[in-house]
Amino acid sequence: MMFGVVIAAILAAMVLALVRAFAGPSLYDRILAGNSFGTKTVLLIGLMGFITGRPDFLDIALLYALINFAATLAILRFFSYRRSQEEAS
Amino acid sequence: MIDMFAQFWTDIELLRAIASWACFLFGGLAVISGALGIVRFPDFYTRLHAAGVTDTGGAEMILLGMLLQSPNWIVAVKILFIGAFLFFTSPVATHAIAHSAWMVGFKPLEGRELRYKEGGE
Repeated sequence: MMFGVVIAAILAAMVLALVRAFAGPSLYDRILAGNSFGTKTVLLIGLMGFITGRPDFLDIALLYALINFAATLAILRFFSYRRSQEEAS
Repeated sequence: MIDMFAQFWTDIELLRAIASWACFLFGGLAVISGALGIVRFPDFYTRLHAAGVTDTGGAEMILLGMLLQSPNWIVAVKILFIGAFLFFTSPVATHAIAHSAWMVGFKPLEGRELRYKEGGE
């Protein structure tokens, strides 16, 4: 019950973040929505572990938090390198 | 010592449940309001503000509620690790996005412009 309420809230927030990721006018809006979606996925994985009675899922949540942070920085760095190459050519 | 703490932890179960409800309700409210802000706000920097505040605040509140419900100490330690990691990396990621958008040349809307855009959409 307790976890069900907050899982519903997080799922609603994830849908809204996806709306912005698809509709976002600029590249950075999409990256922002993706980052926010990833943070909510970490919370969702942890809560799913609690609601199914297997808190071992928290390991996966911790790993996902690491991957999400590295992926956001990697995507930003990728686009900044691509832009500097376009300026050079 | 650990046995005493485990006994104490089961004794305050009702108190923990109430505190968890409070944390989950506040955290869920923060997460949903932040997501609404991401969809509804008029320009990129205001959306970044909405996402940045709720990603740290709401996530920490929800993790605190999970921490109060943890059945044994190793789960509590894992949740503390996730909380500490999100507490430091979420603002760093937000700052990285803002910095790279500023470097590309995004300008924030100001004053009347902001109000006009808000009514226009």
